[in-house]
Amino acid sequence: MANVDTTKTMIAILAEQAVLEPTDVALTDTLDALGIDSMGLVEVIFSIEEAFEISVPFNANAPEDSPFDISTVATMIAAVDQLRRAQG
Amino acid sequence: MRRVVITGRGTVNPLGADVPSTLAAMADGTCAIGTLTCQDADRLSIQIGAEVRGFEPAAHFDKPQLGLLDRFAQFALVAAREAMTDAAITLTPDRTAVIMGTSGGGFGTQNDAYRAVFQDGKSRVHPFTVPRLMANAAASHISMGIGVTGPTYTVSTACASSNHAIGQAYQMIASGMVEAALAGGAEAMLSFGGIKAWEGLRVLSPTGCRPFCSTRDGMVQGEGAAVFVLEDRDAALARGATVYAEITGFGMTSDARDIVMPSQHGAEAAMRRALGNTAPQSVGYINAHGTGTRANDQIEVAAIRAVFGDHADHLLVSSTKSMHGHLIGAAGAVELLGCLMALDGTVPPTVGVADQDAACDLDVVAGSARATQIDMVLSNAFAFGGLNAVLALARPT
Repeated sequence: MANVDTTKTMIAILAEQAVLEPTDVALTDTLDALGIDSMGLVEVIFSIEEAFEISVPFNANAPEDSPFDISTVATMIAAVDQLRRAQG
Repeated sequence: MRRVVITGRGTVNPLGADVPSTLAAMADGTCAIGTLTCQDADRLSIQIGAEVRGFEPAAHFDKPQLGLLDRFAQFALVAAREAMTDAAITLTPDRTAVIMGTSGGGFGTQNDAYRAVFQDGKSRVHPFTVPRLMANAAASHISMGIGVTGPTYTVSTACASSNHAIGQAYQMIASGMVEAALAGGAEAMLSFGGIKAWEGLRVLSPTGCRPFCSTRDGMVQGEGAAVFVLEDRDAALARGATVYAEITGFGMTSDARDIVMPSQHGAEAAMRRALGNTAPQSVGYINAHGTGTRANDQIEVAAIRAVFGDHADHLLVSSTKSMHGHLIGAAGAVELLGCLMALDGTVPPTVGVADQDAACDLDVVAGSARATQIDMVLSNAFAFGGLNAVLALARPT
């Protein structure tokens, strides 16, 4: 189960990037569904690193090879939780 | 319109301290990418780059000069001196231009000054911080060093800066505005702040620069300079100069689409304009922009196919960035050396290609240089901001 703080902060970060209300961001949403493009993703990752004081391994040239799974809001939250435990 | 030729070449770059050593390294397929040595490199996520190693500023400049010269201007001046010696030309000062490309200008000077006041708590920076960091410093120092009083300025269009600079010098001579020009580019951004800024975009490779390879994972930064002497062909022939190439065309376009993502249409249009009325079949080699990012290489190959059709399978395409890294504002200038080498019969390779990407299915001269006769080349530069600049050059006749 994802950490409650992680989920809340992640939803807030994604909502701000997507210019949506946090209540409009669902755990099953993809970045596409939220209207966040590749540049938006780079900003999201920056916000995540700043908010949680972690380093997110992500290379825009090979997103599918990244251990940071960006498939849905839920997978990103799980990935951030894992990074927080590993780097905390 | 007058015809324009290149009669002088000079450089300092990760592959060599001058033109002969650079050409030898390109012919050998040398990779100059290594571990970055800048201050606080251990705090960088990306710790590789193509640095100019063993450059001793004191061997080229006296102390008063050094106080005024950022590393990018030092590279530019050393390259300009070599180009002037190579050309053995007597210039008419007010009929000569100096046009240099750079993206970061005196980035290292800014980096050091910010570190001093923000991190180290100093209350003052070096008194010459402004004249060192200004983007036009390299062009100005070249004009002072050589005594050129004609049009002198800097072009800053990110990765296309050098090609824009050389292209404008070509047009000035072709139109009769000047008789000769020194043109090229200089860059020195391999400092902590420079790499940190690039890290943020998530396009730098942590492993190496492998253009057209299926495992490519981004670009690798480089530094250095190259400067060329361009002159009216008739004047060059009259004085018996060694002619390395004729510049036959220059195409520039803007994508008008995205600030970082390249567009196939803009790249195609720039290549077509550079070709002008020349038959595409006469092009034997293209020095690709070939950054090693996922997006660039695929789109550039598609653009080449669109422009050249079936002939795309009969020309050679390589990215020398695989050897010297991406010199950003100096990229086109250093890569022009690879073009001159190709026109002289040796096509520089793309090194590091382990498994060629099916989406980049051209002859990318993988691994080692190739000896063949090339009559005409294109040099591509496609910059952030969607700005494209392509030079067309021919073997001297």
